[in-house]
Amino acid sequence: MTGTTTEAAPPPLTTAPAAGEVRKPPTRRRLVPYWLLLPGILWLLVFFALPLVYQASTSVQTGSLEKGFQVTWHFATYWDALAEYYPQYVRSLLYAGTATVLCLLLGYPLAYLIAFKAGRWRNLILVLVIAPFFTSFLIRTLAWKTILADGGAVVGALDALHVLDVTNWLGWTQGDRVLATPMAVVCGLTYNFLPFMILPLYTSLERIDGRLHEAARDLYASPATTFRKVTFPLSMPGVVSGTLLTFIPASGDYVNAELLGSTDTKMVGNVIQSQFLRVLDYPTAAALSFILMAVVLIMVTVYIRRAGTEDLV
Amino acid sequence: MVLLRWIRRRLVVFAGLLTLAYLILPNVIVMVFSFNDPAGRFNYAWREFSTAAWRDPCGVADMCGSLSLSLQIATWATIGATVLGTMIAFALVRYRFRARGAINSLIFLPMAMPEVVMAASLLTLFLNLGAQLGFWTVLIAHIMFCLSFVVTAVKARVMSMDPRLEEAARDLYAGPVQTFLRVTLPIAAPGIAAGALLAFALSFDDFIITNFNAGSTVTFPMFVWGSAQRGTPVQINVIGTAMFAIAVLVVVVGQLLARRRNRAAQP
Repeated sequence: MTGTTTEAAPPPLTTAPAAGEVRKPPTRRRLVPYWLLLPGILWLLVFFALPLVYQASTSVQTGSLEKGFQVTWHFATYWDALAEYYPQYVRSLLYAGTATVLCLLLGYPLAYLIAFKAGRWRNLILVLVIAPFFTSFLIRTLAWKTILADGGAVVGALDALHVLDVTNWLGWTQGDRVLATPMAVVCGLTYNFLPFMILPLYTSLERIDGRLHEAARDLYASPATTFRKVTFPLSMPGVVSGTLLTFIPASGDYVNAELLGSTDTKMVGNVIQSQFLRVLDYPTAAALSFILMAVVLIMVTVYIRRAGTEDLV
Repeated sequence: MVLLRWIRRRLVVFAGLLTLAYLILPNVIVMVFSFNDPAGRFNYAWREFSTAAWRDPCGVADMCGSLSLSLQIATWATIGATVLGTMIAFALVRYRFRARGAINSLIFLPMAMPEVVMAASLLTLFLNLGAQLGFWTVLIAHIMFCLSFVVTAVKARVMSMDPRLEEAARDLYAGPVQTFLRVTLPIAAPGIAAGALLAFALSFDDFIITNFNAGSTVTFPMFVWGSAQRGTPVQINVIGTAMFAIAVLVVVVGQLLARRRNRAAQP
């Protein structure tokens, strides 16, 4: 870890160290890490951390676009924002949570397949998982409009199998439509973030020593028991980072809700976007965004503590 | 019964392939509909086969301009984020210094935050400073959010590097610069390349942060977003399909070259 400790460093040219003296690296070398860090960290401080401070200050301002905004410590903005938009927060967390669970259920078999069963097809399947990234995700999300079109093959099949009856009863779809319903939005979210679930899952599954499976079999564990007691626990780091990589972006997304949903499926991202870019009510928008950040950070921290994996980065 | 058991034993394979189909289906639709001749302004329903869009990919006003702008921004963002990120990664792995924990969290946080929060807060900064929104604000934003991903990719590679290789180089009287250029950099190169590729893909396809900070500048994702409201030209699908094809081609050729080199390396 400490590759630049003194033992291999060439002695400084000007002053040879006296015998017995503990050699310290010359000041110039001790400053190297700081010079390496400086530009990048400065960038993050100015364009990531400082904006959060500005946002916090904007959220307690009052005023109007014409007269300008002043900091008045008007914390009521937060309560008003929460009171007015709590359905959108609940919806965001619900949709993002459902999409995350679906991603895990759909992604795990595929990650497992790539890691253990694919053989010489492994690279091809990996390419197929990653390749969709290269088509703009907006174009791919628009393709779902075609797939879920009213009267299309998918909707027809769901109707024939009476799936729509169940989803209608649950309130996920309306009548014989899937587009512009919660189901379409969750479907789009699941689709968009699925690769972010599969890749970490695959990485952690691929690291598992195959001999552990053999050992489990030798000890008369059934395939199901082997999975429950050996494979799944060992893939936990992948499960944790996969769920985070899915849930975090999904909770703030507004693309799927806008393109595949209706006014009844608006998520908090849609509200923040329209407050910032159309209504131009900056204090409310900043407060909304701050609440979302706090909620997500708290949930993520609690989740990481519970899942017990701290070495994610 | 036999068939049922056969299916049960391969349940994982079937489930996995179904997921794969779910992932690929939209790309297939995009590809098929690049040959459509839609009835109205929107290209969502099939009408008849046509190669008109392929013969005239830039036939839509402003689309190819937005594409070239996206490529430019992605290129500069990749260069910026890769240089800054690689420097940070080396500092983190190779040196001990104060405030290490704080710096680690500063790098982790952008990845643990919904994009819309970063987008909105950056916009408040630019508004407060009275900055002109456009190319430069988008580039600044892209370098910012790509940085953490580059650091993570490069860090993983540098961490797994054997420090004895550099010690050997120094023992053989290579100077610090020579050691870095001839030993360290070549070994770290795959990590740096992976980080750069990730940065390019993230920047090129970014919508949310760009949507907030672009002002009236239109990148390719912004163009697609706008067309979802005004009418989706078939040419969008042509670009999507072409990008997909190029990516798959690059990967396949790369794999083949790597395989050939491996075969040549073996006696």
